[in-house]
Amino acid sequence: MTTDNVVTVRGLRKTYGLGPGAVTAVDGIDFDIARGEVFALLGPNGAGKSSTVEILEGYHDRSGGTVTVLDADPQHLHGGALRDWKARIGIVLQSPNEQNPLTVRQMLTQVAAFYPAPRAVDDVIAAVGLAEKASSRINKLSGGQRRRVDVALGIVGRPELLFLDEPTTGFDPEARREFWGLIRSLQAEGTSILLTTHYLDEAAQLADRVGIIAAGKLVDIGSVDEIGGAEARVPLVRWHEGGEVRERRTHEPGRLVAELGARFAGEPPALEVIRPSLEDVYLELIKQTRADAAAAAPEEALA
Amino acid sequence: MSTIALGLVRTKYEFIAYFREFDALFFTFLFPVIMLGIFSAAFSGMSDLGAGDAKVNFATYYLPAMAAAGILLSGVQNLAVRIAEEKSDGTLKRLGGTPLAPLSYFAGKLLTALVTGAMQLVLLMLFSHFLFGVALPTDPARYLDLLWIFVLGILTCGLLGIALSAVPRTGRSATAVVIPLVLFLQFISGVYLPFSQLPSWMQTVASLFPLKWLAQGMRSVFLPDQFKTLEVGGAWNLGAVALVLLGWLVVGLVVSRLTFRWIRKDA
Repeated sequence: MTTDNVVTVRGLRKTYGLGPGAVTAVDGIDFDIARGEVFALLGPNGAGKSSTVEILEGYHDRSGGTVTVLDADPQHLHGGALRDWKARIGIVLQSPNEQNPLTVRQMLTQVAAFYPAPRAVDDVIAAVGLAEKASSRINKLSGGQRRRVDVALGIVGRPELLFLDEPTTGFDPEARREFWGLIRSLQAEGTSILLTTHYLDEAAQLADRVGIIAAGKLVDIGSVDEIGGAEARVPLVRWHEGGEVRERRTHEPGRLVAELGARFAGEPPALEVIRPSLEDVYLELIKQTRADAAAAAPEEALA
Repeated sequence: MSTIALGLVRTKYEFIAYFREFDALFFTFLFPVIMLGIFSAAFSGMSDLGAGDAKVNFATYYLPAMAAAGILLSGVQNLAVRIAEEKSDGTLKRLGGTPLAPLSYFAGKLLTALVTGAMQLVLLMLFSHFLFGVALPTDPARYLDLLWIFVLGILTCGLLGIALSAVPRTGRSATAVVIPLVLFLQFISGVYLPFSQLPSWMQTVASLFPLKWLAQGMRSVFLPDQFKTLEVGGAWNLGAVALVLLGWLVVGLVVSRLTFRWIRKDA
């Protein structure tokens, strides 16, 4: 049975340990990723992002719920069927730190051989901007350059579905923008992508939709422009008056600015009109979730 | 690509990496050669060792011991430590996310051990011959024995190394777990001390493990035939050498197959 979704997750739960000491990392999550979509999973450290992603990648078994990735349940694949499935996905793990004495080209040539229809190694090296370092040993590269190698290894197998777990950690701003270009070209070729990142501008740039996880639960999910609801998008007008910073949320910032202009008989001091970015919306959602959790369990908040 | 072909691809890159890692090169590849040099130089002033009317110098006596030790190091020590480190530093997690079969990974490790072990053995023989005047065997039958003992020994030790790699909890503790075990085996199995001079209970304990038999097989290749009178039962007993090594090969294969994981699975 083939659907248009490359990933379907329903009621996903993951508990580590047993008995009273058990920790619930993922506590009932639902989401889909459509074919060709870039979906970003956002959330604070320890929210359950990596647990979720590693279950989808087949590294961990889940404690509950159902998962379908490329029409298969990774937990129940074995042998040749598992390898055929792995040939269709690409994985960029969070910060591996192996001491790899092979050169960039050697490592990519090796890994490309594992796949039935790999990309050309030199094209991939050029795409991640490492053409000048192709003959350097990986353990002699800088942190940001090694991360590019990780990305190159993730895409060399020509995956239908690419997992990117905090791919741009250690990139300088220029490298990050080059990386965004690479992701857009992969998407243009039809690659579906699951991205986790701490850089909200990155998610805003790349993702078609985002899901926000906090404390193992999906707090919100939607397109970058809609997430957090209309209320969270209300523009903020900020100015200085009477020696202090004044702020007001309004659907009509133009009218407010005009009023201020009239009141100050000229330019209002330090005037700003702010449209909340994805980062502002995200921080507000996380703050609300924490407040709700504290209200629900006041004794824990005191402890 | 087939599992076997991918095993060969892995072998190529394992081999390149092997010679770029100083630790492996020194403690696995050159160690037996260096030990042979030290022993031979230290005891060069002493009278030759004899069995009946056959006499050999110390270098000749230690060559088979170091040949066996080299197989143990290339197989058990190097693979157990390396795989535990690869599990710890994320190398295996990355490979586990690709379509590579564990069997291809094993094949790469074993073939690399086979090639580097063979190079080590040849180096040991040339070193002892040209520096210490060790007379190498001239009978082709001895080389045939050397071939099967080496191949069986390296495959057995390699599989035991893969099996043992599951024991250390971290890459950093791997050497602390593996090296004492390997040293202990070498002492009781007649690698550093002449086996015939060990107490009989120690000989009995050593007989349970493959190294004693590997060393015995190597002595049959490199020592004059009269030296078999020093062995337990007064014979080389190559049939038992083959049986014990095969037995441990099966143990290594089964344990590796059952315990190998790309990553440490959570509860």
